[in-house]
Amino acid sequence: MPVQRLVPTQEAADLLELTRELAREELAPRVAQAEAEEQFPREVFRTLGKAGLLGLPYAEELGGGGQPYEVYLQVLEEIAAVWASVGVGVSVHGLSCFGLATAGTREQQERWLPEMLGGELLGAYCLSEPHAGSDPAAMRTKAVRDGDAYVITGEKAWTTHGGQADFYKVMVRTSEHRSRGISCFLVPGDAAGLSADPAERKMGLTGSTTALMRFEGVRVDADRRLGAEGEGLPIALSGLDAGRLGIAAVAVGLAQGALDDALAYAKERETFGVPIIDHQGLAFLLADMAAGTETARAMTLHAARLKDAGLPYSRQASIAKLVATDNAMKVTTDAVQVLGGYGYTRDFPVERYMREAKVMQIFEGTNQIQRLVVSRALAKGVPAQTAVLA
Amino acid sequence: MNIVVLVKQVPDSGTERQLDSSDNTVARASADNVINEMDEYAIEEALTVKESQGGEVTVLTVGPDGATDAIRKALSMGADKAVHVSDEAIHGSCAVQTSAVIAAALSQLEYDLVICGAESTDGRVSVMPALLSERLGIPHLSGARKLTVDGSTLKVERQTDGGFWALEAQTPAIVSTWDTINEPRYPSFKGIMAAKKKPVETKSLADLGVDAGTVGLATATSQVLDFAGRPPKGEGVKVTDEGDGAEKLVGFLASQKLV
Ligand SMILES: Cc1cc2nc3c(=O)[nH]c(=O)nc-3n(C[C@H](O)[C@H](O)[C@H](O)COP(=O)(O)OP(=O)(O)OC[C@H]3O[C@@H](n4cnc5c(N)ncnc54)[C@H](O)[C@@H]3O)c2cc1C
Ligand SMILES: Cc1cc2nc3c(=O)[nH]c(=O)nc-3n(C[C@H](O)[C@H](O)[C@H](O)COP(=O)(O)OP(=O)(O)OC[C@H]3O[C@@H](n4cnc5c(N)ncnc54)[C@H](O)[C@@H]3O)c2cc1C
Repeated sequence: MPVQRLVPTQEAADLLELTRELAREELAPRVAQAEAEEQFPREVFRTLGKAGLLGLPYAEELGGGGQPYEVYLQVLEEIAAVWASVGVGVSVHGLSCFGLATAGTREQQERWLPEMLGGELLGAYCLSEPHAGSDPAAMRTKAVRDGDAYVITGEKAWTTHGGQADFYKVMVRTSEHRSRGISCFLVPGDAAGLSADPAERKMGLTGSTTALMRFEGVRVDADRRLGAEGEGLPIALSGLDAGRLGIAAVAVGLAQGALDDALAYAKERETFGVPIIDHQGLAFLLADMAAGTETARAMTLHAARLKDAGLPYSRQASIAKLVATDNAMKVTTDAVQVLGGYGYTRDFPVERYMREAKVMQIFEGTNQIQRLVVSRALAKGVPAQTAVLA
Repeated sequence: MNIVVLVKQVPDSGTERQLDSSDNTVARASADNVINEMDEYAIEEALTVKESQGGEVTVLTVGPDGATDAIRKALSMGADKAVHVSDEAIHGSCAVQTSAVIAAALSQLEYDLVICGAESTDGRVSVMPALLSERLGIPHLSGARKLTVDGSTLKVERQTDGGFWALEAQTPAIVSTWDTINEPRYPSFKGIMAAKKKPVETKSLADLGVDAGTVGLATATSQVLDFAGRPPKGEGVKVTDEGDGAEKLVGFLASQKLV
């Protein structure tokens, strides 16, 4: 079912049209096989990069597309509606550029950002460690200063694009202070001493490589540190706010894809002499799927518009991530229900959607952590505010 | 080499298309309109020739105001500028009338090469390039699966069922392209942004010096008098395997010219 959208410019509308064309022609024919064979579709990212889709929310003068988050997220959604792993990958790539774009010096930005946003390269970010996921400040991976370089030693868990990426945004400890002892580095993928473990064997999102990265005395020039020493955690956390919006958009896309498949099936499949959509009990299931998905989209775009207007959006980003990913879990589960026994087989994609939805409640901050963010904001008190669009 | 690509905006052939019951013309306003698929090959070929020979690619379309979508797509793929002929009086024109309008528009442009698709997915007359060739007095190299440009010499492999014909002509000429000729590029976001700044000139019939009375439904050489919906799909052919199933299947595919 085509989605009703409202975008700010004609070029945004054309961009979404291009995204749908790429999704239809380049992603749709490949997704089922790549996910079944657990193959990372590196070529697909090159195609998207060539079309300019890997740098959309960044400034034009630094090689980006100069698009507001409101538009970028709808592009992500259209990609994820066809292939969640690729949607997640585009979001992660964007996040891996976020530290440089927001905390890097002008010189650092001019040196690396155009290449990182140019479409040929793919990024990853390393925050989590095996014992430090929800609590990243518990991290132990260390960077020790040595002349005009740092030497990084430790392990980073769960790295999306681990072993595939051309560069890694890495958060590591430069002192023992729990929150102000963490610094952020941009590490090239071919750095000596950097290696990836065999990929995790996951329940879903199998086309996306997730791997533990080992740092065994990796030497990184000091000018690859983003921001001051000790500023790494705030950089990582502000990146996560933006990243959460990305995952929210991906979850909206996934839910929309599941709804579309379920709807098409419900119009074809007959029981008791009529298409199953004519049974009210089943039709209401579809109505709830549509209501949840449109609500999740609206919340995600509301948070994006706050971000675009330069207003605080951290709480709304957490709510969007929470609502959109819980909705994706529910909608994909219900899509399996709509397809009945067929939905439970690997011959139809809805069981895969269901497996893909689960991880969205876990990464980029589990949904318990999102509730933590929201409830803390509530406890602190949230000022009422009416901002006026310029 | 200056190239003009003829581009038509048509209702998306992947959707249920309608005729307007008031005058039996194609319902365009209510349709999901896209660039004629075959014309993307023509654009790609024009861009490829430009990349090797230099020059400019101009997009020419005759169509209602909404046809700007097709123009923007062509410009975002890389064409340099566009001419859009739009005039209420053209509504309902047949292929012969349309060709007079396109020929008049072409006469106001400098071109060495005109490239168009082999057919449109709405009219499907497949005669536009031949009509233009006649009106402009330039050679027509039709159904190209390959085009080579060597100075002012054009060489075309014209696709046929069993192989190809080798055609050759001097510029200026018109080439119609088949969908085997290339793989059209996707626009890029950069291209979309650049397209915003490219010149699009809108022309009326008066600008072209075409008398409005000679075009339009009233004087069309062909008119749709009546139409009916497509009959429901009939029974398919059932092949029973009596040891010769494979042969029968191949025979069927061959009879449909699919293998
Ligand atoms: C496919 C995949 C890709 C990933 N990609 C990346 C990546 O690219 N880069 C990266 O850095 N990380 C990545 N991660 C890691 C991800 O962010 C973490 O898995 C996530 O933050 C949760 O951490 P954990 O697994 O250690 O769970 P834990 O932190 O151990 O949590 C276990 C459970 O306890 C709950 N919990 C924890 N603390 C609290 C609390 N205070 N209150 C209530 N409940 C709590 C959690 O919600 C969860 O249910 C990825 C993970 C996966 C599965
Ligand atoms: C049975 C029948 C009935 C018809 N009835 C009507 C009617 O009632 N009302 C009506 O409006 N039309 C009618 N048409 C005609 C149709 O609109 C014309 O055929 C059309 O304008 C031009 O022909 P085509 O698109 O089929 O060209 P083709 O010869 O199939 O197209 C070849 C190529 O020529 C170029 N080209 C074609 N048209 C244009 C254009 N407008 N601008 C730029 N490039 C172009 C494209 O590159 C295209 O790929 C009818 C056609 C048929 C077959």
